[in-house]
Amino acid sequence: MADTATIQKLERLALQLRFDLLEMMGVGKAGHLGGSSSMAEIVACLYFHAMRYNPANPKDPQRDRFLLSKGHCVLIQYAALVELGVIPREELKKAKTLDGCLQGHPDMDRTPGIEAVTGSLGMGLSVALGMALGLRLDGRPNRVYVGMGDGELSEGQIWEAAIAAASYKVDNITGIVDFNHVQATGPTKEILHNPDIAKKWNAFGWEVLEIDGHNIGQILNALEKAKKVTGRPAVIIAETVKGKGFSFAENNAAFHNGIFTEDLYRQALSELRAQRTALESRHAQEVRS
Amino acid sequence: MKPHPNMRETYGLTLVELARENRDIVALEADLGKSTRSVLFQEAFPDRYFQMGIAEQNMAATAAGLALVGKIPFIHSFAVFVAGRAFDQLRTTICIPSLKVRICGSSCGFSDFGDGKTHQSVEDVAIMRSLPNMSVLSPMDSIETIKMMECLIDWPGPVYIRINRSDLPFLFPADEPYHIGKITKLRDGSDVALLAAGVMVSRSLEAAGILAEKGISARVLNLSTIKPMNRGGLIEAVIGVRAIVVSEEHNIVGGLGGAVLEALRAVPHAPVELVGIKDCFGMSATNYDEILARFGLTGPAIAGAAMDLLRVSRH
Repeated sequence: MADTATIQKLERLALQLRFDLLEMMGVGKAGHLGGSSSMAEIVACLYFHAMRYNPANPKDPQRDRFLLSKGHCVLIQYAALVELGVIPREELKKAKTLDGCLQGHPDMDRTPGIEAVTGSLGMGLSVALGMALGLRLDGRPNRVYVGMGDGELSEGQIWEAAIAAASYKVDNITGIVDFNHVQATGPTKEILHNPDIAKKWNAFGWEVLEIDGHNIGQILNALEKAKKVTGRPAVIIAETVKGKGFSFAENNAAFHNGIFTEDLYRQALSELRAQRTALESRHAQEVRS
Repeated sequence: MKPHPNMRETYGLTLVELARENRDIVALEADLGKSTRSVLFQEAFPDRYFQMGIAEQNMAATAAGLALVGKIPFIHSFAVFVAGRAFDQLRTTICIPSLKVRICGSSCGFSDFGDGKTHQSVEDVAIMRSLPNMSVLSPMDSIETIKMMECLIDWPGPVYIRINRSDLPFLFPADEPYHIGKITKLRDGSDVALLAAGVMVSRSLEAAGILAEKGISARVLNLSTIKPMNRGGLIEAVIGVRAIVVSEEHNIVGGLGGAVLEALRAVPHAPVELVGIKDCFGMSATNYDEILARFGLTGPAIAGAAMDLLRVSRH
């Protein structure tokens, strides 16, 4: 169990990542806010706690790797890489413009710290599998973390990769399903119902860990447990809220890839500031008690 | 290495030889290893061989991951499946980041003559050629296959290599050095240029013999590097002729013929005819020569096309 200071640090970082998302979104630019924000806590826990990652050397062969199979949510990875200093902070404002290096989907050519090209959905688990097999072949102790969407689980290739990873007894992958229940055009259940996700992964030979994907303590525990699984791959199914932290975007498919008006931008900023105030006072209380 | 007359056998044997020298080479297969001959690699290096089952899309993107941690993956299936079924995976995970993945499109063209339309690749070159960063190679015989594969270790970016299922005559001059982009002149001549890749190089040589009997002098050029096309070399190679015939075991839409015409744009050149599959699918046949003949992929057809361009009577 992680200590209070660690949890508090990661909670502050997750909130900071949401501030960064806001800066990347700006006003009038479409951006995949919903599925980025739902992963803020998870990504904070990965880059700032669980992963072996030296921001001074983002190409270190001895690093753990994180890639997003749901590549459209790369904004949250950019945010973490900015906080780590891998991507210059001034890039945030230039996201998705010709002047910037932050592309609409992960692009290894243009953006430091990006581990793979994804964006056409369903491919990231396979890429992660290849990395994991290669690292194992070389006897490297590193792990590969791969974020997937619940809507993305409609892609057949995910299940091809799930079969192969279990068949090869790959235990240096941690899959993370951002189970936010909403996809581009509506609730996942209504688009194509895909029930019993946990049972499915389990039936495919994976160790399954189900958690609240906004609870830092649970995330850290699950990441730690997943590391200890041997002889089979592990997947964390993280129950999350799409658009988390932005009241108008929560559970709202319109902000899968939404645009901020001036008014919404200001509202989002004041909501995040209020969350920061609340977080600081709670943290102060926790320290006192 | 001594070439085996069978191109796919040579491919498998060469891959094993290369992998002995280079520990980064790994191979992935989608359950056609006995056909693609990747099975030879499996026997030699079981730890570096990944049987991915009947799942070409996963195989391709897994290869991307292996390349991203420093391996040189060779992936295998029939040309039609690896280029078609896994197209988006090749595009997204391999071509965009320009990863060093080698894609073996085996049983290319009509060389899987028995299995019919679904298994015969008439469009793989067009598909692979359209992908930025992808190189597209089509060796004419086993000697060239070996020399070409030796170049694949250092060649940057992804490569698609078209491998024939059959025994093909040895044509590449054994002592001649090879490099990717090389245009090999197999016969000199002044009236006509016969350009070809793969099995059609031998048919073009046959055509040159037929033309010689009619008093027409034909040069024969092997364009085994379909992409990147050696544009300067090609323009030079067709200087002075009065007709150009490009022959390929592929749809005339988007294949070698298209690549040649693209390369000859903006420069004056002789009229060009394409001998290939005329925008249709294949069919089952009892042998390779029979199906090539049915689709007009023969020496006499190439000679006839040249004579038509020169307006010489065929009879």
